Amino acid sequence: MSGTSEISPTAGAAVDDRVGLLRLATAGSVDDGKSTLVGRLLHDSKSVLSDQLEAVTRVSNERGQEEADLALLTDGLRAEREQGITIDVAYRYFATARRRFILADTPGHVQYTRNMVTGASTAELAVVLVDARNGVVEQTRRHAAVAALLRVPHVVLAVNKMDLVDYSEERFAEVANTFTAYAKALGVPDVRSIPVSALRGDNVVDPSSHMDWFSGPTLLEYLETVPVETDPTQEPARFPVQYVLRPQSDDEYRDYRGYAGQIASGVFHEDDEVVVLPSGQRTTIAGIDRLGVPVRQARQGESVTLRLADDVDVSRGDLIAPIDEAPTPTQDVEATVCHVADRPLRTGDRVLLKHTTRTVKAIVKDIAYRLDLDAPIDGELGHEQHPTELRANDIARVVLRTAQPLALDDYAVGRRTGSFLLIDEADGSTLTAGMAGAAFAAPGRCSG
Amino acid sequence: MTTTIDKGTAPGALTHLDALEAESVHIFREVAGEFEKPVILFSGGKDSIVMLHLARKAFWPAQVPFALLHVDTGHNFPEVIEYRDNVVAEHHLRLHVANVQEFIDNGRLRERPDGTRNPLQTVPLLEAIESHRFDAVFGGGRRDEEKARAKERVFSLRDEFGAWDPRRQRPELWQLYNGRHRVGEHVRVFPISNWTELDVWQYIEREKIALPRIYFSHEREVFERNGMWLSPGEWGGPRADEAVVRRVVRYRTVGDMSCTGAVDSPAATVADVIAEIAVSRLTERGATRADDKMSEAAMEDRKREGYF
Repeated sequence: MSGTSEISPTAGAAVDDRVGLLRLATAGSVDDGKSTLVGRLLHDSKSVLSDQLEAVTRVSNERGQEEADLALLTDGLRAEREQGITIDVAYRYFATARRRFILADTPGHVQYTRNMVTGASTAELAVVLVDARNGVVEQTRRHAAVAALLRVPHVVLAVNKMDLVDYSEERFAEVANTFTAYAKALGVPDVRSIPVSALRGDNVVDPSSHMDWFSGPTLLEYLETVPVETDPTQEPARFPVQYVLRPQSDDEYRDYRGYAGQIASGVFHEDDEVVVLPSGQRTTIAGIDRLGVPVRQARQGESVTLRLADDVDVSRGDLIAPIDEAPTPTQDVEATVCHVADRPLRTGDRVLLKHTTRTVKAIVKDIAYRLDLDAPIDGELGHEQHPTELRANDIARVVLRTAQPLALDDYAVGRRTGSFLLIDEADGSTLTAGMAGAAFAAPGRCSG
Repeated sequence: MTTTIDKGTAPGALTHLDALEAESVHIFREVAGEFEKPVILFSGGKDSIVMLHLARKAFWPAQVPFALLHVDTGHNFPEVIEYRDNVVAEHHLRLHVANVQEFIDNGRLRERPDGTRNPLQTVPLLEAIESHRFDAVFGGGRRDEEKARAKERVFSLRDEFGAWDPRRQRPELWQLYNGRHRVGEHVRVFPISNWTELDVWQYIEREKIALPRIYFSHEREVFERNGMWLSPGEWGGPRADEAVVRRVVRYRTVGDMSCTGAVDSPAATVADVIAEIAVSRLTERGATRADDKMSEAAMEDRKREGYF
């Protein structure tokens, strides 16, 4: 009777509602076994339920495979199953008693670099997969470079298929050292390498009995324990205004006027002296409401409503920041971009630019150079000066001029207030992802 | 308004429920800021109930600036319709109803031989979107429900036919949601994309949100079809060869009565339900939705046609 809830005392994870959330992205070249790794992570953490496994087993058997192909757990679209490849970013969820995970499962095909950028944009940790036999290849360097560009604070190199190199410690060390040197040179602050066999289950969830020489944590154990909490008091406070709340009702909230938004970084307190950008008006925070509850302070990630002491003119798209550490609004934006659309981007193109909650017109003044992520020399990436246009998956430095000033931070200061989209005005499609300021972090520097 | 305990602002990450709540609220406010005429799809199921609760928190102390749209298959559980009407009255909401039965009566839709009306919802839904000129339609879909849903964006562009094309999705970067669309197109918005079934229940517990009582253990007349306990009803069950029995059951999902199965369960409270699903070895849809079992790509195919 399949309608019955089958109860198994060991299965599933009863997650405490106070555990934290880790957002991670995976990246790997085709055939490195990434879908198998993700499938193994889900399966061995008991996040795959029996009806899903039955479906996968049935399809695997129909194809003549004896064992359940765990990759089928993650390839959800018809075309993906037909071609046996992952086309698009998918989001997976799993949990242990220690943490909840949102995993952006990104495809490895070279033409889908934009998908890795998409997955990495919200990730606090990236898992880069390599085949132990092939070691660090062009695509691996590209993944490391994207993680560095997007300033993903933690990168894990999963050296997969260790079973096919006789679980060799020397081979692992060789691959790990090459990768770590490269990633550190690009400024990735924290790199960790773990030898695994996704197919056999070595060091993914359970420690491997084949690699006694490895004393580090399994992949899941590392994901559960890596410290990703940043201290919001160490970051500049930023509040993009999303929506103005004016109930105008007949009750106690008749005169209520609040500015709703999600705190992009830092901490706001009652009585803080703030400036509204780009207008530059100054006022004080009279009160903070967190979804109906008055609080004295609120921090990064919280969706709140700010009430201001003075009747200043504030609307969607404005940025509220402390007067002593506010960004300087600018109409000239220099940024590293990843072009994500099939239609090219050219110098002189007129586009829309969406930054936090503000969308303005912009013009592409210059494409300074295109980065060649595949041909690095000692951490220095190759450049092609002044390309005529950017095509899908190109990463480049551009100069933009906007119609109105933007309160833009360097992406190194804040991922949320330093990032933007370029949008096609005619059909609304997303053209390009942008990160303001310098392209790569200085080695050893960390930003959330 | 439900209140939460002020946990202060000690450094460190938000709890996973606080993080999910803040993200969903951000999505609601983005839509309110960028669209002309959004609407919330409301079925009276737990996901749409949580969605409405989040919307109320997002705009407090103002009213939710969106109407509700219910696609009524004509085969709803009476407890759910009663709940829907109470919620609408209590929070002074506007409700639009798109009736599958009307479309069958005027010949624009034909009843399926299996009596299932779930796939028939797409046509009335799309017509309601077109006739009311809704430009953003909130749905309670979650990516953990199903493989095709795992590929869904938070802001999902639909063409003038309401169709989803998974190969033409916009990349979604940072928290920068792009809601731009051409005339005739609309955007489906999934504010609880990143929630799992367990998160939804933990949040229901934390916020003390009321649910239709069929979510909790009760004795009910049911009969077995395709390995599920279905409720007898005007929609065409049971057939002569299907025996009605009384069992202690509850529902994990709420949808069209013809394809939503009950599970045997003694779980009478939210805490019981949480304990039960935390150890369940079946997914919510696997346990209770007949229509998803039709083929491996049933959900993808329906979404391509405009289903939510």
